[in-house]
Amino acid sequence: MADNTNSNYQDQFFKEKHKEEMKYQVITFAMMIAFTIIAFGLVVGDFSKYLVVPIILVLAVVQVLFQLYYFMHLNQKGHEMPSLMIFSGVFAAVLTILALTTITWI
Amino acid sequence: MSTATVEKPGFGATLWEYLTTVDHKKIAILYLLGGGFFFLLGGLEAMLIRLQLMLPDNNLIGAQFYNEIMTMHGTTMIFLAAMPLIFAFMNAVVPLQIGARDVAFPFLNSLGFWLFLFGGILLNLSWFLGGAPDGGWTAYAPFSIWSSTHGFDFYAIGLQISGFGTLMGGINFIVTIVNMRAPGMTYMRMPLFTWTALIASVLILFAFPALTVGLFFMTFDRLFGANFFVPEMGGNEIIWEHIFWIFGHPEVYILVLPAFGVFSEVISTFSKKRLFGYSAMVFATVLIAFFGFMVWAHHMFTVGMGPIANSIFAIATMAIAVPTGIKIFNWLFTMWGGSIRFSTPMLWAAGFIPTFTIGGMTGVMVAVAAADLQYHDTYFVVAHFHYVIVGGVVFGLIAGTHYWWPLIFGKVLNEKLGKWTFWFFFIGFHLTFFIQHFLGLMGMPRRYWKFLPGQDLEVGNFISTVGALLMAVGTIILLYNIIKTSVNGERSSQDPWDGRTLEWSLPNPTPHYNFKQLPLVRGLDPLWIEKTQGNGKLIPAEPLNDIHMPNNSFLPFMISLGLFITGIGVIFRPDSNVAYIAIIAGLVIAFGSMFIRSVKDDLGYHIHKEDLEEEGAGVE
Repeated sequence: MADNTNSNYQDQFFKEKHKEEMKYQVITFAMMIAFTIIAFGLVVGDFSKYLVVPIILVLAVVQVLFQLYYFMHLNQKGHEMPSLMIFSGVFAAVLTILALTTITWI
Repeated sequence: MSTATVEKPGFGATLWEYLTTVDHKKIAILYLLGGGFFFLLGGLEAMLIRLQLMLPDNNLIGAQFYNEIMTMHGTTMIFLAAMPLIFAFMNAVVPLQIGARDVAFPFLNSLGFWLFLFGGILLNLSWFLGGAPDGGWTAYAPFSIWSSTHGFDFYAIGLQISGFGTLMGGINFIVTIVNMRAPGMTYMRMPLFTWTALIASVLILFAFPALTVGLFFMTFDRLFGANFFVPEMGGNEIIWEHIFWIFGHPEVYILVLPAFGVFSEVISTFSKKRLFGYSAMVFATVLIAFFGFMVWAHHMFTVGMGPIANSIFAIATMAIAVPTGIKIFNWLFTMWGGSIRFSTPMLWAAGFIPTFTIGGMTGVMVAVAAADLQYHDTYFVVAHFHYVIVGGVVFGLIAGTHYWWPLIFGKVLNEKLGKWTFWFFFIGFHLTFFIQHFLGLMGMPRRYWKFLPGQDLEVGNFISTVGALLMAVGTIILLYNIIKTSVNGERSSQDPWDGRTLEWSLPNPTPHYNFKQLPLVRGLDPLWIEKTQGNGKLIPAEPLNDIHMPNNSFLPFMISLGLFITGIGVIFRPDSNVAYIAIIAGLVIAFGSMFIRSVKDDLGYHIHKEDLEEEGAGVE
């Protein structure tokens, strides 16, 4: 019986944890929808191009991070190596695009 | 399935075994043979270049042929000799150094080799099918676009196919090193060769896509009427240069970092000392890789990017001297106070340090953007990059050949001949290339078919050619040594150099499953720890159990063959409609083989515990 109680504690722990995770997922999902609405709103509303483009880009980056960290579980343990590789790849790609756009195509 | 074979397998069986093998140790031998063949081919081309430039106004070979030879020398040496030889040692050593039974994806490993080989053969077929590429190994547009022969079609398709193989190999080694280390083998306990193999693989993963894209553009420009590099049609020639060097500069580090790894192993082993500043060495390796992506435009200072871009890339380039300097000093401090044995591998390591330092110093010189306008496209640059590529990579590969030959083939190469190789090659190398710095400063441009008399270039070029001949003698002695050792060399002990890392703990010859029981790693230089603090044998980390092994497969060969046939078809499609047959047939073979691979379950086999026990105790 003692074992059973023990496993009950464990169940309880995982239940709490899953609940918390679910909460974060829902919050992120809601925020992503909000972001999308904001982005649409900015385009529909007659704002300056120099305001709209940077905001949309920032929102896009945040959405990608949400996607990676909450929906694709990059925030969990054991994902250090994949995230290191992802960000190194992003670094190499951004550097390339940055250089080509600033040096070559002006 | 019984694995014990008593009788010696016949020639056909051996050939079939190697055509289908997925064993990393046998694939290493295949890479060594393939890379070695192309190394000799590239060397032959180098000899023709030097013989043509031995005398002023020489007419040994024609101008067009000279251009082809010069282009193919560079392309062959970088893509078809240095890369596969690096992969040969990574295959032979890395799984053993981290205590693994194979790489993560044995099938992909085999596919990577066959793609490289068929890509290399395709590229070299251009010699017989209308002329090799003739616009320099960098294939700058518009040379590559307006070149009238099929040469650059072979270049684009051949390198594309072998590039797939390299990319697969790189991914394979990242996964292997991250996931398959033996218990206790933490990142900071990995031998430096494994570290450099990991970082080089990461560089491959990020740099090769740029080459893939560039070659794709070139293929479409040349064969399908696209205009990526044609300014009149809205394209831009400079894009090729950027894309090529975004790949090309990390490529230099892909080659030289594993060579650094070889030297770190060799110097530590033959000085009987732990590597000095191990963590600084790891840090320097990572830093070099990081900087490697931010310096490509130093190949293009004369393009006209403007003073700001030039300055940024110049400073980033000079910054690389810092981690490289850290490495040089750490090697020196490893030797300091060590009990040094000058066996052949150590001789190469000792020769490497001053040679590479000279190459590094001229590197900082050409990194000064303003001064580079003078050096650019002269023999000064040729001298510089041969000092780093030959002095770093080739010395490293030959050191590795001597050092790991007993591990791969079970026999120690002849020491006396090894030393002869070293002295001929080393003196020949400096004779060839040191004088070229001054030829460059005197204004001799690179890639020219001939130079004229009366410009004070005669003596320098003659000395250079004499040096090249000495290097050829050194290489021939190495070949003789290899043949002699293979024919009547004696089987060596399992640990001929008194090694420090896991690969020397295995019996000779290495069993095909490598480790009977995975070893427990108690620190850096695990074998040395067991030698000094234990009984000299590694402690097993697991009970003896069944070992799961992959089956051999002929499909990698067929997939590569299919792509090869398609490649030839694509190249000759503008000439004849018959080529469509080749394209379709090749694609059917390649995708058919992939289909078979996908639908047929191939779960491998098990070596049973009882059979292992019968063979006797392994690691105890």
